[in-house]
Amino acid sequence: MAVIVRIPTPLRSLTGGNEEVHVEEAGTVSDVIDRLEVKHAGMKDRLLDDKGVRKFINIYVGEEDIRFLDGLRTAVKDGEQISIVPAIAGG
Amino acid sequence: MKLHRARTLDRILDAVGNTPLVRLARLKELQRAPDVKVYAKLEFANPGGSVKDRAARQMILDALADGRLTRDKILVDSTSGNTGVAYAMIGAALGLKVELVMPRNVTEPRKRVARAFGAKLTFSDPMEGSDGAIKQVREMVDKSPEQYFYPDQYSNPSNPRAHYLGTAKEILDDLGRELTHFVAGLGTSGTMMGSTRRLKEAGFPIRCVAVEPDQPLHGLEGLKHMASSLVPAIYDPHVPDEIMPVGTDEGWDMSDRLAREEGLHVGHSSGANVWAAVQLAKQCIARGEPATIVAIVCDRGDRYFAPMKWERSYVW
Repeated sequence: MAVIVRIPTPLRSLTGGNEEVHVEEAGTVSDVIDRLEVKHAGMKDRLLDDKGVRKFINIYVGEEDIRFLDGLRTAVKDGEQISIVPAIAGG
Repeated sequence: MKLHRARTLDRILDAVGNTPLVRLARLKELQRAPDVKVYAKLEFANPGGSVKDRAARQMILDALADGRLTRDKILVDSTSGNTGVAYAMIGAALGLKVELVMPRNVTEPRKRVARAFGAKLTFSDPMEGSDGAIKQVREMVDKSPEQYFYPDQYSNPSNPRAHYLGTAKEILDDLGRELTHFVAGLGTSGTMMGSTRRLKEAGFPIRCVAVEPDQPLHGLEGLKHMASSLVPAIYDPHVPDEIMPVGTDEGWDMSDRLAREEGLHVGHSSGANVWAAVQLAKQCIARGEPATIVAIVCDRGDRYFAPMKWERSYVW
């Protein structure tokens, strides 16, 4: 079992084009990002700065924004879906 | 001679354009340099609240004039928000039906404003960004082409034409030969393409600088990182004299500073444009060259307020 992370278009260059990545053995969103970094180097820097999640990145566990949960300490369960949603480009 | 906007107008469409230029003088980088002037062109003064009123108006009027748009058709397009608001406003004013496809994570204020004008909204997958909305609208139009008028703001020459006829002409009327630099961000690229073509006809050198996010994943909403996006058909990378990459933090910080230091509460893409204008100003100050720089301020900051608590969950 694993959590499923949905990767937005601008980050798929780091995942070999994959729209979804499975992450094993992660208890929190923070663990998920650490595991992602191991498999897809560069991911952590795109998502986090020294204060936490970058202001323009929204991370959802299921349909909830982690800002309204426990932030990076938000717990994740096997089979849950995590979505990384960026800001919207032009037009 | 400058033609001032008439006090009474026959219709709201006539309130689009003729936006003011406001000098930025309190930013510390620009103090004690009286010969280097930076002006913000306040596109939020358009009735729909953004620069996109210009392109939407031109695309609709040109299509009505040559018969591509008729009253029995539905205007449909993809948008990250502001063009949608503009279509919806103009559609209401002219009695046209409007349908918009936008990524579900478009800010709530823009969804609500578009709906208030009577537009029908369809949402695309937020993971696919504005390119996902483009693909979705193309599928809708392919299925029933006779039902829709699809302006396609990314490919429609009327988009840059609005800036050729309006934005750039207004700047030249207001500043004349004093103008040395023009700065605009790249989204559809309509503002940059149309304005630059007009400014290059002025008969004196004006350096035209395009602003682009410095990486694919960015928070400068409304701007496109061209190398990682569906490239708009109207975009020609050889038109600008320079393409300046801007980081999200630089754009966001400048938006905050403009509110506190200049009394201008603007969106992040406007912050990025002004940040780029300030870099150009610093270069001119260092070289001891006088300069007059115009930066496009695309919209107001209240279009980007964070969702309220009761709006916090999205339905995918």
